[in-house]
Amino acid sequence: MSLRVDWRASAALVGTVVKWLSVPLLVPLGVSLYYGDGGLAAFVVTIAVALVVGSAMERLGDVENIGSREGFLMVAGTWLAASLVGALPYLVAAHGIPGVAAASAPASTLANPANALFETMSGFTTTGATVLGDISFDTHSHGILLWRQLTQWLGGMGIVVLAVAILPELSVGGAQLMDAEAPGPGIQKLTPRIAETARALWLAYAGITAFEVLLLYGLHIGGYAPNMGLYNAVAHGFTTMATGGFSPEARSIEAFTGVVQWVIVPFMFAAGTNFALIWQALTGDLDALFGDAEFKFYAGVVGTVTALLAGLLFAGPTLEVVVGPVAGEAEVSLRHAAFQAASIVTTTGYASMDFAQWSEPAKYVLFLAIFVGGSAGSTGGAVKMVRWLVIIKSLKRELFTTVHPEAVRPVRLGGRALDEAGVRGIYAFTAVYVALFAFGTVFVAIDSSRIEETLSAIEVMSAVAATLGNVGPGFGMVGPMGSYLPLTNATKLVMVVLMWVGRLEVIPVLVLFTRSYWQG
Amino acid sequence: MRVLIVGAGEVGSSIAGSLADSHEVVVVDRDGSRVESLQYDQDILGVTGDGTDLAVLDEAGVEAADVVIAVTDDEETNLTICATVKTTSDAFTIARVEQTNYLDTWQAHEGAFGVDFLVCTDLLAAETIVRIVGLPTAHDVNPFADGRVEMAEFDVPEDSPVAGQTVAEADRFDDLTFVAVIPTGTDTPEIAGGDTVIEPGARVVVVGVPSTVRAFARALCNGDRLNEAEDVVVIGGSKTGELTAELLGDRGLSPRIVEVDPERARELAEGVPSATVLSHDGTDPEFLTREHVQDADVVVASLGTDERSLLAALLAKRVGAERAIAVVEQPRYVELFEAVGVDVAVNPREVTAEEITRFTRERRAENVAIIGSGGAEVLEVEIDDESVLAGRTIQDGAADLPSGVVVGAITRGDELVTPRGDTVVEVGDHVVAFVQADAMTEVTSKL
Repeated sequence: MSLRVDWRASAALVGTVVKWLSVPLLVPLGVSLYYGDGGLAAFVVTIAVALVVGSAMERLGDVENIGSREGFLMVAGTWLAASLVGALPYLVAAHGIPGVAAASAPASTLANPANALFETMSGFTTTGATVLGDISFDTHSHGILLWRQLTQWLGGMGIVVLAVAILPELSVGGAQLMDAEAPGPGIQKLTPRIAETARALWLAYAGITAFEVLLLYGLHIGGYAPNMGLYNAVAHGFTTMATGGFSPEARSIEAFTGVVQWVIVPFMFAAGTNFALIWQALTGDLDALFGDAEFKFYAGVVGTVTALLAGLLFAGPTLEVVVGPVAGEAEVSLRHAAFQAASIVTTTGYASMDFAQWSEPAKYVLFLAIFVGGSAGSTGGAVKMVRWLVIIKSLKRELFTTVHPEAVRPVRLGGRALDEAGVRGIYAFTAVYVALFAFGTVFVAIDSSRIEETLSAIEVMSAVAATLGNVGPGFGMVGPMGSYLPLTNATKLVMVVLMWVGRLEVIPVLVLFTRSYWQG
Repeated sequence: MRVLIVGAGEVGSSIAGSLADSHEVVVVDRDGSRVESLQYDQDILGVTGDGTDLAVLDEAGVEAADVVIAVTDDEETNLTICATVKTTSDAFTIARVEQTNYLDTWQAHEGAFGVDFLVCTDLLAAETIVRIVGLPTAHDVNPFADGRVEMAEFDVPEDSPVAGQTVAEADRFDDLTFVAVIPTGTDTPEIAGGDTVIEPGARVVVVGVPSTVRAFARALCNGDRLNEAEDVVVIGGSKTGELTAELLGDRGLSPRIVEVDPERARELAEGVPSATVLSHDGTDPEFLTREHVQDADVVVASLGTDERSLLAALLAKRVGAERAIAVVEQPRYVELFEAVGVDVAVNPREVTAEEITRFTRERRAENVAIIGSGGAEVLEVEIDDESVLAGRTIQDGAADLPSGVVVGAITRGDELVTPRGDTVVEVGDHVVAFVQADAMTEVTSKL
C-alpha cells in the first residue's frame, strides 16, 4: 500500500507558515518591552521555537509537489500547527523557564496545556470562547493579552490567505489552498493573479481594521470613551473585523459607553459581509454589493433579528443587570438588540450586556441565530448566509416539483443558476454540520456530569453550537461574562476539534479521515 | 440591380425566386447540382464554387454587384463571405445567422463582420410567433411605420358575426382599412372591394393602428376569445422555441416549455428565467392532460423536426388547446399543416427570405410583408416628389396605378392618417400599400 498524498510537501509548507509566524509575534514582543510588565521571555522563546521548528519542517519535502490533496492536508495542518505554536507564549508565561526566567503570570489558568490550546484555537478560529479565569492586567501582561487579540486578527481573513498573499512560492497552487480554507460558494477571483486577490482581501481587511481603530481612539480623544485608550482601540480593532470576540476587558463591550457600542455595530456587520464584495464596493462598484442576493438576505436577517430582540427587550421583564433598566427604554433596547444581533449572527461573540440574563424568548432567538453565520467570503463562521439562502430556495423548488414532477428548475442566486452539484454540496455540509452539533452535544452532556455544576440543555447546546460555529459565548455558565473553564479537559479538547473543523467548513478536514483520500 | 446570392438552399432559392423577375441574380453554391436545378427553374446565372473564395466571387462578378446575400447553411461561412466581399467590393452585404450573439455584436458595433444587414433566422421566426400569439385568431401580423401601423391577416371563424357580410358591412372601424380577402380554400389574396363577401373560413387582410386591429380581432371572434393569450405552452426547446419563450417573458408572460432532453431542459431553465421548463415528451397525451395543456391559450410546437412538431401541435389541439402554432422547416409543408388543423404554420426560412427581400427591393421600399405564398405583398414606401401620389388625392393617384394596389395606411410624422379617397398624400408621408404580385414592378416604380 502506498500513500497517494505527498505529506512531506504539505508539512514543508506548514513549516514555512510556522516560520513566518515569528513576524506577527514581534508585535506582542514590542508591547511587552513597552509596558515592561513581563511576558518578554514568552515571546522570545516562541519566536525561537517557530523559527527552528518551521525551518526544520521546511526541509521535509518539496513545496513544488503541492496538489489539491496536499492542499487539504496543508490547510488543516497549518491551523493546528499555528494553534500549537501560538499556545506557547501562554504556557511560558504561566510556568516560566526554570533557571532562566520566572513565570510572569503564575496564577494563569493557561498553565494547563489543554486550556492554552483551547484559548489559542479559539483565537485563531475567531471563536472567542475563553478559558481565561481572570481577564485583567493583574494576572496577565499587556503583551499576552494583545497576543490573544492578534491571533484572532490573523485567523480572521485566514492564515493561508495571508500566506498566499505574501509567499511567492504559493502563486500557482494558491487558489486551491484558499478554496480549502474557505470552501463555501461565492469565492471569486478578483484579479487574474491569486496572490493579488489575496492581497486585495487582506488590504481591505487591514484598511477597515485601521479605520475602526482610528474611530475608536478618536472617540477616546473626543471624550466619548474614557476607557478606550490606544491599547483597547487596537485590541478591539483586531477582534471586530475578524468576527473574533476576544476582549481584554472582562465585561466585553459592556465596559464601554453606548457611543462605542453603536460604532462597533456597523463594523461587525461589515465583518460578516463578503470581502470580495466590499473590495468591489471600495473600488467603485457599489451595485456588486447592494445588488448581491446573499448581502440582501444577510441584511434582512440581521434586521429581522434586531427588530425581534428590540421588541422583546423593550416589552420584556425588568432585568437584574448591571447596565441599568432596559425594558421601556427605546434607545437602550434598540442598542442592545442591534449589538447582540450583529454580534451573534456574524459570529463575533462580543456582548454589550450579559445576554445570558435575558428573558427566555429573547435567549431562544439568539440561540437560533448562532446557527446562521456570516456571508460566504467573510470572516464569520457557522453555516453561513448563502447556504441557508440556497436551502430555502431549493426547498421551495422541492414543493413546486412535487406538484410538477417533470419541472426543471435551477436554483438561482441573483439571476445566476447554481449547478446541482453545488446545491448537493450545501445539503451535505449542512447535514454534517448538524450531525457534528448533535454528537458534540451528547458528548458534552455526558462528560460534563463530571464537573460540579449541572448544565442545562440550552447551556450544553449553546456551548457546542458556539464553538462549532466559531461564535464564542453561549448561555448560562458559558455566557458572555462566563467562561468555559469549569469544563473537563476532554470536553475542551473536543471543542478544540469543533472549532478547528468549524473554521475550515468541515468537509476539508473530514476528508482527511477517509481512506480514499490517502490511497487512491 | 445586380444581386449576388451565396447559398442555394431554401432561403437562397426563395430569395432568388422573388427577385429574379426584376433583378439580375447570380447564385453561387458549392453544390453543382443545386446550382444547375435552380438555373433551370429560375432566370438566374449560376456559379459553382466556394463563396469564401475570392476567385469564385470574382467569377460571379462581385465587383459589379450592388447587393451580396450570404445565406448558406453555415452562419460562420456567411460572415466570412461578407468580410471577404468587403475586401474587393462596395456591395451592400446581407448575412443570415442563427446565433443571437452575432446579432448582438452586430447591433452594438456598426459594420461588424463586414455585414451591412444581419438577419437572425430563429429570432425572426420567434418574433413572428410572438406577434401572432399576441393577437387572437391572427394568422400573421407585421408591424409597419415603427409599429404605429399593423398589417394583420385573420381567419374568419364559421361562427363569426362578420362571416357572410360584405366588406362594406364589416368595415365599422375608423382607423382600419380592409385591403384584401383570401377566399376559402385558396392562397391567392384578392383586393377587397366594398361589395366583396367575406365567406366563413376565408381570411381577411387589414391594415390599421394596433389598438383598432385588436378591436377588430375581438369583433371577429364573437367576443368569447376577447382576452389576449396568457397561458402559452412551447413544446420543444429548439432555438426558435427558446427565443419565443424569452420574448413572451419580456412581455410579462410566464410560458411553459416542454423539452424531452434533460440536459437541454436544464439549459433552457437556466437561460429563460421567466419560463417554467418541464422535462418530458411533449407528444405524450397523458402528460399534456396532467399539465392542463387543454387550458392553454396557445401551444407553440417547435420540436426541430416537422413530423414531431406537427404531431405535437395536433395532439395539443386534440386535448383541447385553444390555438396551435407550429414551426415548419420545409416551406412546402406549410399548406399541409394548416389544412390538417394547425392554426398557423410559421416557416423560419420564409420569414428570413421576407426580411432579406426588404433590403433588396427598389430603393424606397422600407418594409415588406409577403401574403399568402407570394401572391401579394404589403410595402411601406416613403413618398418623394417623383411619386404619382405626391401632392394628390388617393383617388387621383390611383387612376395612374394598376388595379392590384390598395393604400392601407399613411403616417405623417408621428401622426396616423386613415386613407380615404379624398386624402391628399404629401411628400415625406409613409404609405403602407397592399400590392398584388403581378402589379409589383409597376407599383414600386411609380410610388
